[in-house]
Amino acid sequence: MSSAYIPLIVDGLADAALIFFVAVGLTLVFSVMRILNVAHGSFYALGAYISVVIGLWLTGRGGPVLGLAALVISPVLIAVLLGPLIELTLLRWTYGRPEALQILVTFGLFLILEDAQKLIFGVQPYSQDTPMQILGITRIGGIVYLNYQLILVLMAVLVAVGLRLMLKRTRIGKLIVTVVTDQELAQTLGIDSSRVFILAFSLGVFLAALGGALASPTVGVAPGLGSETIVLAFAVAAIGGLGQIEGAALAAILVGLTRSAAIYFAPEFQPVAPYLVMLAVLLVRPFGLFGSIGLRRI
Amino acid sequence: MTLRHIIGLALIAAVLPLAVPWLGFVFTLAVGKGLAALGVAVLLRGGLISIGHALYFAVGAYATAFLMRNDGINEFLLLLLLSTVVATLVGLVVGVFMVRYRAIFFAMLNLAVSMVFFTLLSKMYHVTGGTDGLRVATPTLFGFAPSRVQFNSVLQYGSLILMIGAALIVDRYLRSPLGEALSAVHSNEVRLEYLGVSARRVILIAYAASAALAGLGGTVTAFAVGHIVPELSYWTISGQLVLIAVLGGIGGTPGAFIGAFFLELVRTFAVGFAADAWNVIIGIALLIVIFFLPEGLYGLLHRTGKQGSTP
Repeated sequence: MSSAYIPLIVDGLADAALIFFVAVGLTLVFSVMRILNVAHGSFYALGAYISVVIGLWLTGRGGPVLGLAALVISPVLIAVLLGPLIELTLLRWTYGRPEALQILVTFGLFLILEDAQKLIFGVQPYSQDTPMQILGITRIGGIVYLNYQLILVLMAVLVAVGLRLMLKRTRIGKLIVTVVTDQELAQTLGIDSSRVFILAFSLGVFLAALGGALASPTVGVAPGLGSETIVLAFAVAAIGGLGQIEGAALAAILVGLTRSAAIYFAPEFQPVAPYLVMLAVLLVRPFGLFGSIGLRRI
Repeated sequence: MTLRHIIGLALIAAVLPLAVPWLGFVFTLAVGKGLAALGVAVLLRGGLISIGHALYFAVGAYATAFLMRNDGINEFLLLLLLSTVVATLVGLVVGVFMVRYRAIFFAMLNLAVSMVFFTLLSKMYHVTGGTDGLRVATPTLFGFAPSRVQFNSVLQYGSLILMIGAALIVDRYLRSPLGEALSAVHSNEVRLEYLGVSARRVILIAYAASAALAGLGGTVTAFAVGHIVPELSYWTISGQLVLIAVLGGIGGTPGAFIGAFFLELVRTFAVGFAADAWNVIIGIALLIVIFFLPEGLYGLLHRTGKQGSTP
């Protein structure tokens, strides 16, 4: 393969990493609570906005390196503040109700969050690319790589492996898996499924906000970011099979590479690429690459 | 019951603009959205939620614009009819694939198709006018060329007639064996198949009907606004259609229109005092209705109408 394609692949993988954070959060929330959260993209947008604001503030106080911390601080902040609040007030009510209602409740939340962003942050685009600049570039064999992109890919791999290890090895992970497999039985065993729900939802919010925060140095942050992101995350989660972590990872790579290939070869059709992949996959495998009917796994 | 409610709504919508003229435009838009939401409500009867019906809304609107621009068809009623037929045909073709899916997968696949269409509308500048959209001129009426103002009144009252017609026809359909079979898809699909009824066929017919309604709504909207843009097919419009259907209540066909009138009125007033916050208002209204009025706004009317007869 010609080395001319290497930048294309790196771009695609960095893109895939960002999509993965959001999609895996969506898929995690779906597998635990059986809710397709339309407002999930808004957490991504919030993550981006808040990390830019905190980043600029920290950069002003302690220099650009301290500003990097904002990329991690803001998602934690959002998850801690909004996760339990939304799960306890809105989502809790929807469990066991028709899907149309569940989707609509989160759509209502989406509408509220979208305008709340406009009211708080205004409609002017924000941008803050200092984190990308201070990390610099690496030259390998005459090809220039943005270190930031490499770190994104590395972080996505860490998150994917970390999530899997958490679910498999840690106590809280095992509790989540138990609740996913059989909530009633879990409760008779004395597992507090309500706490598991709060935790899983907050983790999903954290992952979406982390995606937004990490994306903020690479894009302009403006209204509409949340609504664009959620459809993309839907597509990726559906391609991978709803509720499948490894599926989301594979689907994110597939979509990321397709998008970056589209940018190089047919830029106008870059936005349509993820949905074409989704249609193609779902027509052949209706439940996604890793999904299967009835089987509820995580 | 349906007849009385829908005619009552139409009368209110016909009389109020006489006092407040600008309401006429708002109500025409509401009928356009209401027709599309009625389509979504039909599918909801079968337990199917589509977050992609803005696709057919936009197909109806763009079909009108294309027919006027490329084929030189300018007759209002003919355009309404042809655009609805185009939307129905698209619905039939897409529906053949959709009937294989249920629940979340049905919702997502509809979303994907509508997003593909949205992107094509925005990017194929030479055909669709890209993000600038297309102009929809004032059509002719039985050969006469009305002025814009005359046409607007015709459209305003004509759309109310369409509303009554659509509500009654859909009501008949939902009460027919075919419509009952659709509800049965929701309650127990397997049992329906054992009765010898093909669930896929039942869903396909419902899907085509919902596409037709959404297409008709799109055409009405295109005529009312006089300009169409790709955003008509964006997923947030699809979300709005589901919102209208549930807000109004899917218990009866007037529900979709009540929801649409409510939404358009709230939007109009919200723009006056809180332009950036109207989604917040709608979002909160939606949550309140979902939490406290499980049968939607129409359920309110229904409940008071049925007082005494319910055990």
